[in-house]
Amino acid sequence: MADRSGVPLTGKAVFDEELYGGAEPITGFAAVAQDVEEDEVDEREAAVASKLASYTAPKSVMADLPMQEDGDDDGLLQSRRIVDRESEYSRRRLNRIISPDRNDAFQMGDKTPDARVRTYADVMREAQLARERDNTMKNIADKRKAEQEAREAELAALDAVPTKASGMAPAAPPAGSAAAAAAAAKPGGKRSRWDSSAPIEAKKAKPASEWDAVEATPAVNRWDATPGQAPSETPGRIWSGGEATPAGGSRWDAAEPGAAAQPKRNRWDATPTPGHGFGAGPSETPAAGKRSRWDATPAMAAGGATPAYGGAMGATPAWGAATPAGGLGMETPTPGMLAAQQAAMGVPMTPEAYQQAKVEREMDERNRPLSDEELDAMLPGASEGYKILSEPPGYEPIRTPARKLMATPTPFGGTPLYQIPEEDRAQAYDVPQQLEGLPEMKPEDQQYFGKLLKDVDESELTVEEAKERKIMKLLLKVKNGTPPQRKSALRQLTDKARDFGAGPLFNQILPLLMSPTLEDQERHLLVKVIDRVLFKLDELVRPYCHKILVVIEPLLIDEDYYARVEGREIIANLAKAAGLATMIAAMRPDIDNVDEYVRNTTARAFSVVASALGIPALLPFLKAVCQSKKSWQARHTGIKIVQQIAILMGCAVLPHLKSLVDIVKHGLQDENQKVKTITALTISALAEASAPYGIESFDDVLEPLWKGIRLLRGKVLAAFLKAIGFIIPLMDAMYANYYTREVMVILIREFQTPDEEMKKIVLKVVKQCVGTEGVEPEYIRTEILPEFFKHFWVRRMALDRRNYRALVETTVEIAGKVGCSEIVGRVVEDLKDESEPYRKMVMETCDKVVRALGTADIDARLEELLIDGILYAYQEQLADESPVVLNGFGTVINGLGQRAKPYLPQICGTIKWRLNNKSAKIRQQAADLISRIAPVMKKCDEEKLLAHLGVVLYENLGEEYPEVLGSILGALKAIVAVIGMTRMTPPIKDLLPRLTPILKNRHEKVQENCIDLVGRIADRGAEFVPAREWMRICFELLDMLKAHKKAIRRATVNTFGYIAKAIGPQDVLVTLLNNLKVQERQNRVCTTVAIAIVAETCAPFTVLPALMNEYKVPELNVQNGVLKALSFLFEYIGEMGKDYIYSVVPVLEDALMDRDLVHRQTACAVVQHMSMGVAGLGCEDALTHLLNYVFPNIFEVSPHIIQTTTGAIEGCRVALGPAVILNYVLQGLFHPARKVREVYWRLYNNVYIGAQDSLVACYPRFEDDGINSFRRHELDVFI
Amino acid sequence: MASLSDRFNINAQLEHLQAKYVGTGHPDINRFEWNLNIKRDTYASLIGHQALAAYHAIAENESIGRVKYNFLQNMLLPCGLPPEKEEE
Repeated sequence: MADRSGVPLTGKAVFDEELYGGAEPITGFAAVAQDVEEDEVDEREAAVASKLASYTAPKSVMADLPMQEDGDDDGLLQSRRIVDRESEYSRRRLNRIISPDRNDAFQMGDKTPDARVRTYADVMREAQLARERDNTMKNIADKRKAEQEAREAELAALDAVPTKASGMAPAAPPAGSAAAAAAAAKPGGKRSRWDSSAPIEAKKAKPASEWDAVEATPAVNRWDATPGQAPSETPGRIWSGGEATPAGGSRWDAAEPGAAAQPKRNRWDATPTPGHGFGAGPSETPAAGKRSRWDATPAMAAGGATPAYGGAMGATPAWGAATPAGGLGMETPTPGMLAAQQAAMGVPMTPEAYQQAKVEREMDERNRPLSDEELDAMLPGASEGYKILSEPPGYEPIRTPARKLMATPTPFGGTPLYQIPEEDRAQAYDVPQQLEGLPEMKPEDQQYFGKLLKDVDESELTVEEAKERKIMKLLLKVKNGTPPQRKSALRQLTDKARDFGAGPLFNQILPLLMSPTLEDQERHLLVKVIDRVLFKLDELVRPYCHKILVVIEPLLIDEDYYARVEGREIIANLAKAAGLATMIAAMRPDIDNVDEYVRNTTARAFSVVASALGIPALLPFLKAVCQSKKSWQARHTGIKIVQQIAILMGCAVLPHLKSLVDIVKHGLQDENQKVKTITALTISALAEASAPYGIESFDDVLEPLWKGIRLLRGKVLAAFLKAIGFIIPLMDAMYANYYTREVMVILIREFQTPDEEMKKIVLKVVKQCVGTEGVEPEYIRTEILPEFFKHFWVRRMALDRRNYRALVETTVEIAGKVGCSEIVGRVVEDLKDESEPYRKMVMETCDKVVRALGTADIDARLEELLIDGILYAYQEQLADESPVVLNGFGTVINGLGQRAKPYLPQICGTIKWRLNNKSAKIRQQAADLISRIAPVMKKCDEEKLLAHLGVVLYENLGEEYPEVLGSILGALKAIVAVIGMTRMTPPIKDLLPRLTPILKNRHEKVQENCIDLVGRIADRGAEFVPAREWMRICFELLDMLKAHKKAIRRATVNTFGYIAKAIGPQDVLVTLLNNLKVQERQNRVCTTVAIAIVAETCAPFTVLPALMNEYKVPELNVQNGVLKALSFLFEYIGEMGKDYIYSVVPVLEDALMDRDLVHRQTACAVVQHMSMGVAGLGCEDALTHLLNYVFPNIFEVSPHIIQTTTGAIEGCRVALGPAVILNYVLQGLFHPARKVREVYWRLYNNVYIGAQDSLVACYPRFEDDGINSFRRHELDVFI
Repeated sequence: MASLSDRFNINAQLEHLQAKYVGTGHPDINRFEWNLNIKRDTYASLIGHQALAAYHAIAENESIGRVKYNFLQNMLLPCGLPPEKEEE
């Protein structure tokens, strides 16, 4: 930046940090995520919550802007990349660094480790340092905050004084005052510590007494501490071995605005401090001395903070040199920044960045403001009677911050709209290069696989290089290849894992997994590679344990279930391969890491280790960690590990419950709130996992818990209540009663909490307490109910889905104790509430309560109120999808039974009226209601009313809306079902012909209800309809065999059976047999099922002759259809089949000798079903005969026929006994050809598994062989 | 091609299922191993069926418990020591 005193006229646009927010939201984000995480209850909730937080907060949206732009550039397609769907919290995984290899203590033996190797001690020391630094920072920030607050008053006075700074720069005037305003308004507590630095520095001009504080600013340290990271070519950030902490990376970058403001204090020093790393930097500019306090913020800080970030770098090479480029690279690269950065450093851009920069430039160009000439050309001018108005006086163009931020400065001069790509063969960015025998490489892959593009002579490579190249090729194949390529590459990687060695493998795989452009599928594949390789490498992975964990741990909190499972599996395998000691050594330093994200994932990983290696192995370690005196973080994480173990392992914690509770119990008295909270949550998780056992293990925590709830407030209290809620159900009745009374006082107090989370927990705890045995109804009635209804049964509760559900569940639980009428009586008035969601909630509660408890204790008055309310709710409901009101209506009416009689006429009147309503939804609801209350109407002897409704429905069969028509048919079905065929009005003979055309309707709901109705009529009242009509229906039904819905096909097939029974099978059978000739497979299959069903309902002898006759048709489909029908037939008729076996044997003989595979296959299926049906019924001769035909098929290769052949042989084993099959099988068990033996042993094993015991008597006799005695003398014993 | 790999799969499945049971065989089994299984099955059956155990008890003039115990002991090395080498 050339001139720091103002906004430059040319070059980059510069924004006021104070006004436009600068980089602060980035840190603001972290704070949000952390808070959310702390009170997370389970990971799904956390995911949802953190997402919500990032969408709602306007500040965070601001911070997200660069990110979103990034996404847009990729095109309009839905991105499949993981980063794009991740929450901000999960994205913190990218901040982690793959640490260097660690020493494997087991390999070293007694030797002292090499100084260059990182040992456990080194890592621990680094973690310690990081923590101390974090503490120091926090103290400093606290101190500053205090100072700032002290200065607020002073400043207020100064605000009134006008300065001439307002004239300094065109953009500055609003900025100056806004900066002051913002500084004054800022409460300090809200912001995170980093962003507070800028405003403070801005005000530093005044009090000289603040000198010490200035000296104490962490800026200097910060620079020293910045990781000395070389700009590595991969953004995968392998740590190149600097001394500083691995965790700090991005934080230091975020701190830059503060640091950037630093030089201002040099005004007071007069000389720049060399230690700053700015060199002869900005502090020497003459402008710095002139500036007043008000302009202190703009240009300078903007360089560091706004999206022009990278731009600033480009402009001032000094910056580029001073700022460790490695640190910069760690930021998620925004296109502009990348481009500028690379341009500044003279690095050729990656194709990705190039592409993005190009798109960006084009966007800018296309969206630039129109010039006057262009406007003149577009709009009609003065010649046509128009005139150009001048802008009104005082007009200022709107420059909203958002729009300004969007207007990314064009990084390069000149804006080519479209350029013909240069013919530069050396660097073809746009065309993905393809290598011989390798899959396509995406642009973003080039940084990892770029080496493959270079032409090298394989023979000149060293062994190491060759290995690296080989691994690279295989990985590329796994990542981008076709399935076969992938498969073989995966196999090679697995097979050669030990040859390649752990180092070279992981050094390539892990950076790939950290790549920000990774997609789900790619991650899955790479994780699979790790999994396979782990098995092979076994103890060789030890030095890489931590690296792998860094990459895999984020999977444990992924929103995708399968990713979580995958992560768990890998970590479990890793634990088994590396051993407990190594795992602990690798993860111990992360336990008290300063970053909450790292601790969270580490805790989860530890719980997986516990489940893999057993809880007892981990107990001593956990005990030590949970009692750590050094840092609360360690205790927090230790306790969290126990929580995660409980969540992960469920009731498997029971054997160790006592020790686990002992380990965490002291956390309840910890001085740190967070530790207290997590301890309570852990105890609730343990209690939940061990329910209903293990109360004795919780003895020690009862007292602190109950004491705690009296003393605590807020989040901690919520956690404590939650723990109590889960412990009470484990107690004996007596204790439960006592403790419930104790806690109820607090719960009732918390009923009025405004905190949503607390509300949910309170509801849950009330539910748990009330559900416990020892709590008496009277107590609930007098103590809990009044307050409960006062605070929870309000409209607001119905608006949030989760509150709604919790409230209904709790109320139903209470009703279980105090009885139906108590609860219904309290809510019944609200059925007439004006808020629909609230009415629904009331309705659902009534529904569930009545369903659970019946209506016995509802008195006449309440009954009236209830029906009245329900009718009101039913009539008032807007047409929506949810069936809540309908269900409630049905349940209550059915619950009342005969008591509903007086209300039925009124209800029916309403229904009739609504059946003619204009709105389709209302008509549908009316029809649905009829089907629900029809049984009750019958019970109340309201047959006349029912019949009348039947007529009304019949008249409505012309309905156009399929949904409504379906419901009407359903209602008719319900009426027919209760009043029977004979008394149905309209009479069946009128009704059915009306239904036939409806069968043609293609809507699934209509089809299903219609076919059900027709089927029922065919079943019960077929005689009312002439046979001709039934035949017509048969033809219609054939079409329905193609339906997608299985229920429809099944109903259709059954209907064929009923019709055949009604009018005799001949005609129906002819129709069906003809249908076997159609092409469509599903249709044929359904037809065969129908034939089998007809045969079953009308006895097989009426069908078999025609069926076997059809086998003569020389057409493959027909013959197979016949066989298939036989197969179903024998399956359905079971042991009735014994009378028909001999008649079908000739057909089966023929089929089993057919050349066509499917013939034999289907015939085998027939044999299987037949033999199973007739086992033990004396048909052995026929079955043995058929088995002789089946047996040669064992050598077939197609899986289907193998399966059916095996099935047939198994069936014969059941029918003929295992001895027969054993004798068949013995022929080939020791055949000289292995292929033959394979088949025979498979059959032998089947027989063996099926009839192990009975085979004992049938084995052949063996003679002793040398020292081996094979004879079974025991079988020769006789008395 | 497809069916070939399928066959491989379905057989692999079946073999996996069978491998879960002790006493199932495989194409490369030898006489000794098969007989080992047969003999153990035989003893298991004799112990398991009370009637058979009683029958043997009468025949051998021993108590049922003793007979069962003997059978159980016999299951340890029912065919004597395994043959030394064969394949090697």
